[in-house]
Amino acid sequence: MASGDIDVAYVAKLARLALTPAEVERFGAQLGALLEHVDRLAALPVADVGATAQVIAQSNVMRDDVVRPSLDRETVLGGAPERDGAYFRVPRIIGEDA
Amino acid sequence: MSATLDAAAAPIAIGGVAYEVVMGIECHVELKTETKMFCGCRNVFGAEPNTNVCPVCLGMPGALPVPNRLAIELLVKAGLAFGSEIPAYSKFDRKNYFYPDMPKDYQISQFDMPLTQGGVVPFWLPDGTHGSCRLTRIHLEEDTGKSSHASRDGRIAGSTHSLVDFNRAGVPLMECVSEPDIRSAPAAVAYLEALKRTFVALGVSDVKMEEGSLRCDVNLSLRPVGQEEYGTKTEIKNMNSFNSVRRAIESEMARQAEILENGGRIVQETRGWDEAAGTTHSMRSKEQAHDYRYFPDPDLTPIEFAPLDVTRLRESLVGLPQARIDRFVSDDKLSIAQAHQIVDTPGLADYYDAATALTEKPQATANFVLGDLSRLANETGVPAGESRLGVESLAEIVALVEAKTINSKTAKDLIARVWSDGGSPREIVAAEGLGQVSDSGAIDTLVAAVLAANEKSVADYRAGKTKVMGFLVGQVMKQSRGTANPTLAEERLRAALGDGAE
Repeated sequence: MASGDIDVAYVAKLARLALTPAEVERFGAQLGALLEHVDRLAALPVADVGATAQVIAQSNVMRDDVVRPSLDRETVLGGAPERDGAYFRVPRIIGEDA
Repeated sequence: MSATLDAAAAPIAIGGVAYEVVMGIECHVELKTETKMFCGCRNVFGAEPNTNVCPVCLGMPGALPVPNRLAIELLVKAGLAFGSEIPAYSKFDRKNYFYPDMPKDYQISQFDMPLTQGGVVPFWLPDGTHGSCRLTRIHLEEDTGKSSHASRDGRIAGSTHSLVDFNRAGVPLMECVSEPDIRSAPAAVAYLEALKRTFVALGVSDVKMEEGSLRCDVNLSLRPVGQEEYGTKTEIKNMNSFNSVRRAIESEMARQAEILENGGRIVQETRGWDEAAGTTHSMRSKEQAHDYRYFPDPDLTPIEFAPLDVTRLRESLVGLPQARIDRFVSDDKLSIAQAHQIVDTPGLADYYDAATALTEKPQATANFVLGDLSRLANETGVPAGESRLGVESLAEIVALVEAKTINSKTAKDLIARVWSDGGSPREIVAAEGLGQVSDSGAIDTLVAAVLAANEKSVADYRAGKTKVMGFLVGQVMKQSRGTANPTLAEERLRAALGDGAE
């Protein structure tokens, strides 16, 4: 895929990154190079390979419904950029989502 | 396929054209497990903020999720209860979006290979019609944390920050997505109640809307009757009871109808229900166009269900509430309301079933179970099944009433007495002479005594105040310690007063 096909500004918006026009151009070229590399896969003969969503040859790795200790709250909140009592304090959330 | 035969779905006249409402419902239900979906933190409501959290549910780099087997099995049982297909292969995907109460900046969910597909939820509407709604899928995901918009000083208006508690983050959540089969507000509520009673019966969830363990979004649109194409829909959120679901639907139907009536267009948007105002309002979306960029979660292996596992889970489904409701309505001839009330009271359906097997009188048994027994259960805080009134005792009482050995007053007294003290109703009746007196001679003796002692009432009756008859019957009942046959008592009183020929 050529770099011109990547909407760098849109990708940046999804990632909440504010890029300068120069950065958009630079990252566009870099992303293009990455995708070109991945595109080499298209040359491989894969007609006999089944589709998969997983590369690990395992399934059903699960655990029993058994309680394990949680972290101490002070430890947890110690890593918070901001706290308010027992809570994480974050910029105001507007709206709702599932 | 028009899945719902819904008498409540009356067409709405808009500009002389008959419209119908089309609804699909997405329901998020927290699963009843000890621990979260992908880590061993406790899944409990109401714990101290940020105490049930660990590197996995806080989304720390390098922490690896491991799925909770019980959560997967509970979800599959829920699907099997509605005849869903359980695909042999299922996987987890990442749904990417930013939200401060979602620590990983993605939610583990299921995109194109959910644990269940299809299925049908049947239900009865209060008016006695039968409906159903097809399920698209039930998939498994993790809940987000919980944010509050007030600061600690209680201010909401103008607050610049939100406070986040991650105890709920990672709690197993199943999302039930329905097809757009629902055609009325009562059908929407009946559908949700059918889901709820099934999940409660299976132990899949507590389904407490007030604690947020069931949250639903209703997608609603209107279209002219007979039109294939759907109208523009809105999504309604924030309903915190089944009653508010009904009100929100009615309000949104009216709002859309008014817009169409005035020649306007419906805007596709999410609308929040305002309980106090009784209306929906447009909610600003955090992102205009969602682009979730789902991809398979590389940290999690696929889930593969062998046919044997599905068979084992299917066989574990016993006493499903919908089958019982159908049986109570079709075989026992109970009303829809009676059937729902019996099934929705914990333990009552088992009690009713056991008692009816003995009495073979479903209606009489249901009347006692929903009347005296439910009242006593409420008053004493003891469910019928744990009271001293066993099903054998209730069966004796039903038989005594049916045989007219005791009257309904004595039956009521006996139920209350045996409920707390135990004992055999039949033996108590025999030992204490509580059998109904249906001997005219014996009742005439009582009648004569009552008439002699109540000359004023007799005079009133003869003067045309026939309402005193109730008082006189009551006096005869009292004299007989409640054992007189009240119908016979009234008949003999009328005869004694000279108008028995009526």
